[in-house]
Amino acid sequence: MRDTVSSRRSPNRRRPTTVASLVDDLARRDKRAAAKLISLIEDDEPEAEEALSRIHPRTGHAYVIGFTGPPGVGKSSLINRLVRSYRARGKKVGVIAVDPTSPFTGGAVLGDRIRMTETGTDPGVFIRSMATRGHPGGLALATFDAVRVLDALGMDIVFVETVGAGQAEVEIATRAHTTVVVEMPLTGDAIQTLKAGILEIGDVYVVNKTDVGDPEALVANLEFQLQPRDGWKPPIVKTCAMDDRGLPELVLAIERHRRHLKATGLLRRKEIKRARTEILETTRRIVEERTREATYLTAALDALAASVAERKVDPRAAASRLLAGVSRRPVPLPRPIRRRPKSSAGNVGSKREILRRIVRQRSRSQTSRSSR
Amino acid sequence: MAEAEDRKELEARLKRWESTTLKEALAANPERREEFVTTSSRPVKRLYTPLDLEGKGYADRLGHPGEFPFTRGIHPTMYRGRLWTMRMFAGYGSAEDTNKRFKYLIAHGETGLSTAFDMPTLYGYDTDDPEAKGEFGTCGVAVSSLEDMQVLFDGIDVSKVSTSMTINGPASVLWAMYLAMAEAKGVRWSSLRGTIQNDILKEYQAQKEWIFPPEPSMRLVVDTFEFGSKRVPQWNTISISGYHIREAGATAAQELAFTLANGMEYVRWGIDRGLRVDEFAPRLSFFFNVHNDFFEEIAKFRAARRIWAREMRDTFGARDPRSWLLRTHAQTAGVSLTAQQPEMNIVRTTIQALAAVLGGTQSLHTNSYDEAYQVPHEKAVRIALRTQQIIAHESGAANTVDPMGGSYFLEALTDELEEEAYRYFDRIQEFGGIIPAIRKGFFQQEIANSAYRYQKEIEDRERTIVGVNDFVVDEQPEVEPLRVQEASFRAQLERLKRIRRERDSKRHARALDRLRKACEGDENTMPFLVDAVKAQATLGEICDVMREVFGVWEEPLLY
Amino acid sequence: MPKKIRVLIAKPGLDGHDRGAKVVARALRDAGMEVIYTGLRQSPEDIVEAAIQEDVDAVGLSCLSGAHMTLFPEVVRLLKKRKAADIVVAGGGIIPEDDIPKLRKAGIQAVFGPGTPLADIVRFFRTAAKGA
Repeated sequence: MRDTVSSRRSPNRRRPTTVASLVDDLARRDKRAAAKLISLIEDDEPEAEEALSRIHPRTGHAYVIGFTGPPGVGKSSLINRLVRSYRARGKKVGVIAVDPTSPFTGGAVLGDRIRMTETGTDPGVFIRSMATRGHPGGLALATFDAVRVLDALGMDIVFVETVGAGQAEVEIATRAHTTVVVEMPLTGDAIQTLKAGILEIGDVYVVNKTDVGDPEALVANLEFQLQPRDGWKPPIVKTCAMDDRGLPELVLAIERHRRHLKATGLLRRKEIKRARTEILETTRRIVEERTREATYLTAALDALAASVAERKVDPRAAASRLLAGVSRRPVPLPRPIRRRPKSSAGNVGSKREILRRIVRQRSRSQTSRSSR
Repeated sequence: MAEAEDRKELEARLKRWESTTLKEALAANPERREEFVTTSSRPVKRLYTPLDLEGKGYADRLGHPGEFPFTRGIHPTMYRGRLWTMRMFAGYGSAEDTNKRFKYLIAHGETGLSTAFDMPTLYGYDTDDPEAKGEFGTCGVAVSSLEDMQVLFDGIDVSKVSTSMTINGPASVLWAMYLAMAEAKGVRWSSLRGTIQNDILKEYQAQKEWIFPPEPSMRLVVDTFEFGSKRVPQWNTISISGYHIREAGATAAQELAFTLANGMEYVRWGIDRGLRVDEFAPRLSFFFNVHNDFFEEIAKFRAARRIWAREMRDTFGARDPRSWLLRTHAQTAGVSLTAQQPEMNIVRTTIQALAAVLGGTQSLHTNSYDEAYQVPHEKAVRIALRTQQIIAHESGAANTVDPMGGSYFLEALTDELEEEAYRYFDRIQEFGGIIPAIRKGFFQQEIANSAYRYQKEIEDRERTIVGVNDFVVDEQPEVEPLRVQEASFRAQLERLKRIRRERDSKRHARALDRLRKACEGDENTMPFLVDAVKAQATLGEICDVMREVFGVWEEPLLY
Repeated sequence: MPKKIRVLIAKPGLDGHDRGAKVVARALRDAGMEVIYTGLRQSPEDIVEAAIQEDVDAVGLSCLSGAHMTLFPEVVRLLKKRKAADIVVAGGGIIPEDDIPKLRKAGIQAVFGPGTPLADIVRFFRTAAKGA
């Protein structure tokens, strides 16, 4: 365990902050600690694993409600109203709002917080904006870890708002307790085609009325197409973008779903299923990350890629070979391959020779590691 | 046909010119840039000829000044008959402070008053409201009560001078105060001349000084149309503004289009109320920006007049020619002022002011050179006023009507802007109208995109701003900051305390109660507002009642 | 992978002129930063609460109404009170030269007046995030 936590800002601190102390502060409802822990995990700091393992036992209380739907449909405003509603019942509420990272610049403008200005300084509310940071779909990789932090902070409800693109719907449906899909009627007579898959993942459907478009057609469409799942027929709630109409019905629908999950034991079963998915996904991610980041493998990867292109080895076999070389911690680059003095034209040796050298060096370093 | 022959001849000659004289010149000396654009990034050709005006007859497109479609001006004699009103926007600190500035400006020759209010007033808060912390009098005058309004116009004959008030969210309240103030001075409302800006739509789009949501706000606006047309017939109950839309980053075409589209929306709401268009349309007025691009700005004014005249007559069926007139105030572009080498702003303002005059404005404010970083100093504002006077009396620009008419370049630009405006009208229609488009963030997004593109052009040195990204000097400008005095602030607080203490609390409560009921119902709110201010209800108290009934608007930000 | 820099852009007080704030937010995004734009009419308390929850490296404040001398130092003060004094605060808008030293003294690390190139602002936030 490290003595001090490397954080967003270089610590010019008087006392070192350990992960343990941050998590303790978290248990004491310290919002700043929560914010720092989320950053730590989001930035994939070395202490992230420790943080997550310390936090996990303290989770399991919060009820997670996912919100998905196309951009501009009114998710943020709805969540804002729901936050108010739940606060009025004395619940502590967290919100994670996800916005897309620009694939070109790597930056993002996170603007969902704006719509929750009334609740900004409410001590029982915690809002965190996250960017997808290259993660495909509408969620950030660390989204549900951030949910855990808020869970451990003591939030009763955590809303997760997605971008509503790509595979976000499926991802959120597997991770949230209740998934709310928000749609809005289109203008004109166009028959609204709903996105593939969207009809399968929602637990509650919301038709949000704006100035234009007829909600009735969409409601009828949904009613016709929605099928019961696990003994639950997803209700359709009509809300209005400009006021609180439909809000009590929406809260009721969510609460009904929650009771259904509890009564049928689905809550626990989903939890286990969720954990399973998460373990598998995390495994995949770790392996991929480690493979990509293992700089000592770069040359091997390049060589293997060349071999595959030359039809000397197939991609699957190449992957297996590479995987065999993935280790727990990155090791420093081996010494650069020296050119053979005779071939001064720049030929550093055949590809086979390079590969042999690398394998030799790797096994050398592996041996040295195992002797530690 | 003679015209067709002429056209062929012209085309041939142009081609000849391009392939000989021009070609040689370009070979010897290429042009400075690949493309030349206006301030709005609109491409500008090398040369405009009669060919650019072909097919567009004088009678249809231009007409004579004072006649449909008024492209050349709304009066037959324009400035030969009467110069534009020199109306300098002023306001800071307390009512006493601004009263002094008003008198200074009148003494130096301004011919109309224009009032700037501070942030709390603009948002309907009294000086002692917690929301007002730190904001007293910094960018305009604080008016929280009828008494403030009285002090503001103390010693000024409001029956002789017209007053413009730049106020939007709580416009009807401030107007009520002005009316009550005039009444107390013994001035009949029928002789009052002036304007309240009262253009709430552009607030949602650009300036963001709203209080209530769109529908109740529009109701308040139409209440003023109705009330004004009957009781204050010489008052312009609205100044449909493009200035702020432009300042927020819009292009000239967007400014033109959004302003006129808003104008048409107001007309629609007036008609929905049951008013005949000719009852209130003659008192609709406008307010445009005058930015850097000399010719584009002149063209903008002309296109605006033509579009408005056509829409009013043909779309809304207005019969009174006064309903077809686009009467406008103009202000030189605040956003073009630089903090670096601020004296250069005098030059910018002069060019812009000249464009406004050649564009045919009815009223003009010229910025002071120090406005890039503060509320203007007396000396600076005097220079700005003199600028107008020099243009009026020394430049010759006011000696003939529409001197630029017939310029190939200008007429082509006018037509281009008009076309672009109509394209925007179509797009707004696709959203279902102005208010749905506002809710979807259409205007806000267009404006933000233009603003960003403009800034990038500056950063990339595609666009030169003298003193900022070129011709830079490292010198500290001599700045004399105009500070709001602590004493003014305390005096204001005291006044508010005293007013609340001394007023007839029964009358006060009754007036607010009646106002609330009127807001909840559908009576015209103006008489109730006048009663409330006479009962010494403060701006904040009145707006609180309205906030309770109408709710508060939250911006739908789509980034 | 270099850490993402997170910046809060806020408009304290009543002033609604957000052209500059929005342009800066976009520029920071284009420079690869994560920008939380809080929108208009934020009280210093709102801003500080958001800065803490979002765990930002820096806060950019914009004010064009002349109320900066009250509002900007208040944000710094509240950050200190919440033990978040390491969050860097910068300001911009219509700010007379005379006020800049006072703001600096009150803890606002940089003041970006009219005409400041965006590149300077981006550079400042990049450096601020590393140092603090």
